[in-house]
Amino acid sequence: MDKEKALLEIEHLKKSYDSNIVLKDISLDIHKGEVVVVVGPSGCGKSTLLRCINGLEDIQGGDILLNGEIISNRKRNMHLVRQKVGMVFQSYELFPHMTILENITLGPVKAQKRNQSEAVSEAEELLRRVNLIDKKDAYPRQLSGGQKQRVAIVRALCMHPEIMLFDEVTAALDPEMVREVLDVMLGLAREGSTMVIVTHEMQFARAIADRVVFIDSGEIVEENTPSIFFTNPDTERARQFLNIFEFDAVKGVKNK
Amino acid sequence: MDYEFINDIISLYIEAGILTFRIALLGIVGAVVVGLLCSLIKYYRVPVLQKIVGAYIELSRNTPLLIQLFFLYFGLPKIGIMLSSESCAIWGLIFLGGSYMAEAMRSGLEAVADIQVESGLSIGLTDFQVARYILLPQAITVSVPAFLANIIFLIKETSVFSAVALADLMYVAKDLIGLYYKTDEALLVLVLSYAVILLPISAVFTIAERKLRYAGFGN
Repeated sequence: MDKEKALLEIEHLKKSYDSNIVLKDISLDIHKGEVVVVVGPSGCGKSTLLRCINGLEDIQGGDILLNGEIISNRKRNMHLVRQKVGMVFQSYELFPHMTILENITLGPVKAQKRNQSEAVSEAEELLRRVNLIDKKDAYPRQLSGGQKQRVAIVRALCMHPEIMLFDEVTAALDPEMVREVLDVMLGLAREGSTMVIVTHEMQFARAIADRVVFIDSGEIVEENTPSIFFTNPDTERARQFLNIFEFDAVKGVKNK
Repeated sequence: MDYEFINDIISLYIEAGILTFRIALLGIVGAVVVGLLCSLIKYYRVPVLQKIVGAYIELSRNTPLLIQLFFLYFGLPKIGIMLSSESCAIWGLIFLGGSYMAEAMRSGLEAVADIQVESGLSIGLTDFQVARYILLPQAITVSVPAFLANIIFLIKETSVFSAVALADLMYVAKDLIGLYYKTDEALLVLVLSYAVILLPISAVFTIAERKLRYAGFGN
């Protein structure tokens, strides 16, 4: 792959909180239209990676570039960068004092200064797509977790981001609601959205990923295609990690 | 009880009541402005200013209003600043109320989860837009009960203004007692005057609080 064409380039990213090193030396290129799934054990730094990309965290070394422009540790105009980077949080983080429609149009109207009626009609169009148009005047508290998360995705989409970051977006959901959120994301992937997804849903990761990145203890241990990664990973650490998700492995422990 | 006397003095109380109310209103508006500024300075941890604000809040909350008024009324002239009784009363109320309002609003600001702010930033809003559209509206809802309680508290505190020769309700009552020795009548009308001002306000606040709670958009 041609490095010049990467939409997002992460070069030797280092992130630490005082003496606690969270990300050691992460280098990763993400190309337009690519779906990269980041997996790894809890606390390995995968969520922190997304927060660094979106400028919610300062970084202590390396660079992050979007379209060849350095976006890391910027003091000025970071909001313009964030308008191109959509982020969906594990806990939805809809604004509780606004209706669903207001939640979605706040960014387009206030941040991007787009026309109110144009933003509303696009928001309604997107809500129709995720089957939530009848909730447009509801408040977030009136929605289920799965519905809130779909709204959060729509809110990010309505900004026309060049890349979308998903931070364990199904982790807080009841099992029967996971599907409706994942379906929306699969739809986006099919349309060619560029996405970085942090998830613990291994089946989903396998279905949606163009590339899987396995992070452990703050470094990229393996980068592979999903078919190889999930059946026959190159590294022993990835193998051990995937074993956790195997029912047989659980049984094996019991039989000891 | 001398009802004829009461009848005669009511107009004096109305006049003083209006003055008390006017000063309270100006003082409270000022206190809200000071409080909002101080709470934002503390919330955003503005260097240097946050230390000054912290000292101000401690000083203001831990000294009685009466003493604060004496400083303004008797102290400032010593360094060449003369304030009228009315200005003293208003500034005194702002000095006292500012810190109480600051603490009420700060607790509201701190009740808004950091990730709500991050969520606002992530859709490309500037810090200022996040404060205006996300942080403050949510913070204010949390602050409302403390905020309204402070307003009632500040109106009651106006009763010490007579100490700086302001012709407020308390002043009129003390004056009448001194002139006519009709203590019971003067004090009865005084209590009723405060009740007339405060009970309707309190009732409106109770309704407002309940409305806010049930319309509450909290998760």
